[in-house]
Amino acid sequence: MASITLDNLGKIYAGGTRAVGDVNIDIADGEFIVLVGPSGCGKSTLLRMVAGLESISEGEVRIGDRVVNEVEPADRDIAMVFQNYALYPHMSVRENLAYGLKNRRTPKAEIDRRVDEAAEILQIGKFLDRKPKALSGGQRQRVAMGRAIVREPAAFLFDEPLSNLDAKLRVAMRLEIKELQKRLRTTSLYVTHDQLEAMTLADRLVVLNGGRVEQIGTPLEVYRRPASAFVAGFIGSPAMNLLDAGAVPFLPGSAHAGQVGIRPEDLDVTADGPIELQVTAVEELGAQRLVHGHTAGERMTITLPSDAALSDVLRLTPRPGALHLFDRQTGARMD
Amino acid sequence: MKRTIFRNQLLPWLLLAPQLVITFVFFLWPAAQAVKQSFLREDAFGTRTSFVGLANFEKLWGNAEYLNSLQVTAVFAISVTILSMGLSLILAVAVDRMIRSSRVYTTLLVWPYAVAPAVAGILWWFIFNPTIGIMPYVLAQVGYDWNHISSKSDAMTLVVIASAWKQISYNFLFFVAGLQAIPASLREAAAIDGAGPVRRFFDITFPLLSPTTFFLLVVNIVYAMFDTFGVIDATTEGGPAQATNIMVYKVYFDGFVGQNMGSSAAQSVVLMMLVLVLTVVQFRYVEKKVEY
Repeated sequence: MASITLDNLGKIYAGGTRAVGDVNIDIADGEFIVLVGPSGCGKSTLLRMVAGLESISEGEVRIGDRVVNEVEPADRDIAMVFQNYALYPHMSVRENLAYGLKNRRTPKAEIDRRVDEAAEILQIGKFLDRKPKALSGGQRQRVAMGRAIVREPAAFLFDEPLSNLDAKLRVAMRLEIKELQKRLRTTSLYVTHDQLEAMTLADRLVVLNGGRVEQIGTPLEVYRRPASAFVAGFIGSPAMNLLDAGAVPFLPGSAHAGQVGIRPEDLDVTADGPIELQVTAVEELGAQRLVHGHTAGERMTITLPSDAALSDVLRLTPRPGALHLFDRQTGARMD
Repeated sequence: MKRTIFRNQLLPWLLLAPQLVITFVFFLWPAAQAVKQSFLREDAFGTRTSFVGLANFEKLWGNAEYLNSLQVTAVFAISVTILSMGLSLILAVAVDRMIRSSRVYTTLLVWPYAVAPAVAGILWWFIFNPTIGIMPYVLAQVGYDWNHISSKSDAMTLVVIASAWKQISYNFLFFVAGLQAIPASLREAAAIDGAGPVRRFFDITFPLLSPTTFFLLVVNIVYAMFDTFGVIDATTEGGPAQATNIMVYKVYFDGFVGQNMGSSAAQSVVLMMLVLVLTVVQFRYVEKKVEY
């Protein structure tokens, strides 16, 4: 158990390419932090810097009170779950789980106890003597997590652990990871490009873009008050409508802003609404429908109840307080 | 697999003909001749030939020179295999750790493969030549008197080095490919699991490389036993005192120098059997990949 501090962390590759810069994150003991961002935003690099698999060009990583910049991965007291699980294919599940403990000269009885305990928690007891290739994707995923659990490390690092699973299993495993983390109270750093996974798992989200932190906050804070146009467009599904302020001059505050953001669920159909939506497509989701269209040349999506009336032109009114205004130059939130 | 249906029955045979002719003329026919010859005995002038059954084979087992050749071949093949595979594995691991310059090294390390065995033999023969070579001079500085013309062990060392050197390129390429097929995340996971570089190599890398290693083991043994004729012929010619007279060289020497066709043919049949066994081993196990 430990806190993790990323202090002005930066990564510059040989050749001068900057992957990550000015990252400051304080992770409290037992907290579940999710790093989220589009591919190439530096989130995996950041995680690998914490793990010690990537050298640190600038700043400091502290685990507990200890600066670990120059500490070997093995000595950082962390465990990592890889995207491809990275199970040792020539070892049985039991050997996979025990390998890290064996290398640390843990007594045999203690290894057995911890392996059996982890197997119990993850319900992989009956696979212990199988080789990884005889397991399904979900089972491999559990073994990979088991390998992290048995070590009883100060922190778990997850590198997109669910992205190789099919959609249904992903949702199930997501919940399991959440429950497991709540139960073990181990500080966790989790990387994903899936904003839904990020929202559901995180105590706090770190939204990254182009190697920089765009916003840090709880899922609801980030959802309700996105700090920038990028975060606004990235978090939330369907994505927030980002309209050029010039196209909707009648909306309050748009005179000074560059972009006006409105979530699809924050628009109501009214007879005299100021926004005129030319409907181009409708997607039925069952519980609700997504209506796509454009207004004044800007693309726009709204969500409506599945029984709402449809027509080619809808007049829309934004709910009060639902407008997000972003700066023309920086894209930063204006209020 | 893609199947092509030929309308004309003759065309596929025509397309196959060049390969079939080559196989027949240069392999099947001489091989059949050797088998036939191995049951015959000719007199010294080749005027009379008589059928002797398995006598030629029986004689081999009582022949001290032949038994010596078996032993020499075993020592030679094992030494060449271990030396060339060991060195190329070290080189491959070194190159695998490089990021930018690995292509340059790979290209350079492949060159020896383009050198003909006889040329490789001559090359090392010059390097180790007791009169003009650089290595005997260097060895003399540390007090070793190198002479592969009179010393059996020196001669063996020379042919082993020359043969192994040529095979390093081939092994190296396969090892590099094998290493690159091992996901980096496995080694990273092992590093986080507390395994140091040496431990990682023996616990993770080497076991996962075993299909490549096994394949190369068979290939190298076959190479050492059959393709090193040129090296031996250009350097020691089987000497001194039979010390480097490996089976394939003895077949040639007894047949074409000693003119003992019956014995030579029987020896080549034994060799053929060996190739057969090695080929079966290779197909049975390598094609299925070694289990891990």
